Amino acid sequence: MNPLRRLLLKGAGASGAVLAAIAAGALRPGQVLAASWNTGAFEAKKVGDAMSGLGIANPVDSADIVMKAPDIAENGAVVPIEVTSNVPNTQKLSIFIDNNPNPLCASFDLAGGAMPSVSVRVKMQQTSNVRAVAHAGGKFYVAAKEVKVTIGGCGG
Amino acid sequence: MRFRRVIGQSLMAALLCAAVPLACAQDGAATKEEKDATIQEIERYREMIADGNPAELYELRGEEMWKTPRGPKKATLQGCDLGLGPGVVKGAYAKLPRFFADTGKVQDLESRLVSCMVNLQGMNEAEVIARPFGQDAYKSDLEALVAYVVGQSKGVTIAPPLEHAKEKEAYALGKRMFLYRAGPYDFSCATCHSENGRRIRLQDLPNLTTHIGASRAYATWPAYRVSQGEFRSMQWRMNDCFRQQRFPEPGYGSEVVTALISYLAQMASGSPYEGPGIKR
Amino acid sequence: MGDPMKIRASMQGDVAEIRVLVNHAMETGQRKDSAGNLVPAHFIKHLTATVGDKLVVDAQIGTAISRNPVFAFKVKGAKAGDKVVINWQDNKGDSRTDEAVIA
Repeated sequence: MNPLRRLLLKGAGASGAVLAAIAAGALRPGQVLAASWNTGAFEAKKVGDAMSGLGIANPVDSADIVMKAPDIAENGAVVPIEVTSNVPNTQKLSIFIDNNPNPLCASFDLAGGAMPSVSVRVKMQQTSNVRAVAHAGGKFYVAAKEVKVTIGGCGG
Repeated sequence: MRFRRVIGQSLMAALLCAAVPLACAQDGAATKEEKDATIQEIERYREMIADGNPAELYELRGEEMWKTPRGPKKATLQGCDLGLGPGVVKGAYAKLPRFFADTGKVQDLESRLVSCMVNLQGMNEAEVIARPFGQDAYKSDLEALVAYVVGQSKGVTIAPPLEHAKEKEAYALGKRMFLYRAGPYDFSCATCHSENGRRIRLQDLPNLTTHIGASRAYATWPAYRVSQGEFRSMQWRMNDCFRQQRFPEPGYGSEVVTALISYLAQMASGSPYEGPGIKR
Repeated sequence: MGDPMKIRASMQGDVAEIRVLVNHAMETGQRKDSAGNLVPAHFIKHLTATVGDKLVVDAQIGTAISRNPVFAFKVKGAKAGDKVVINWQDNKGDSRTDEAVIA
């Protein structure tokens, strides 16, 4: 979707924001790659549905996706996740947490020299598998890692 | 598989331990090997979150606030004397608490900031300290100012003076407070913080009666608390200990909290300040 | 207008490493505040990064991203002195743009 359509769809408040972003040089007409926020995928409650919502079909387990995450997170409010894809032509990375109320965390469209490597911090409601998907030339590659979440103590 | 089972057992032990009323306990059933694996993973988690500390956002806001004319007198805080002379912020936190002649008191950073806001900017003291800690959508000005000032002492050796009679008095009072047992559980700070190897669930508790233990704690507070999504000041940290001891909450900037901070700062004296920290 | 971001951008060999700290509550809509009231959802939905006027990252974000979030990206083909611009937009129509120069 081009920025003009996004702008038209979002109403006055958001379009002001988009215009401001264009004015500031953050966005330029024709530069926006991705579609508007994928409500269906973000609101899906099952990881399979969230993946389908993002157009991910038949993801193949791949050792070419390297996920750095702690085995145990001291606090589920902040769990650092770093995903690097060695799959050639990775254009997009998306991150899912199976046991969250809405499994899709974020997706990153990459262009203009961006390497397929992103770091984020996510919230985890409970111990869960974290999945990273590399989108490359219409194919999908996935890696998973379990992160245990403990409740915090009372001191510190 | 073996590794996972080990972690599971340790977590279980940790949770069981937390159910015991005397919350900080010596480790029980878990073997040393099991504990080490869990502790190593928690350490790795802490390292991963250390790069990218949201405390920097508070430092940014605090610096802006420091330099902006505010209050009835429309003055900045750039004339505020934190002990190294008016306007000197670099390294000032590492030399606090200390005696200030103009107020005739030993002051920690927070009570000193309040003095500057009242005296230089003409703010009302009761209003300044009415809500010193951020919560939900409310952002605390004091916590942002604290973040800015402590960030300017990163890497500076902790060395608060202990020369003036009132500084010695504050240190002695702080030590007494540290050892003072009271409340429904007959707790003191020392109950949890005067032996090596104690912990609450997965948090190991520093032995604050040793230089090394006190340094570990004092050098990494104030800190961004990820569980609260907030930057927390040293007074907040002291209050949280009092809360866990079931003591009444002390007044902001009160003499006894300043004294307790003086005691901890003296115990940590000589170590480099490493804050603002990031904590679970 | 949101609060300022903190952007750190530096060359590590031939790769620009960009790290962004963002001031945002990232409320899920499922959390209760200290008074027991449900806090309405308030979260960043889009975040973009441009380097030297080229869009490099266009992210869609959900509520599972942490409060005061931290993002890091790596970009090839950039050089010291290039301008990095980060923009976010949230579900309430608020937005913020900040920039930095690659060191």
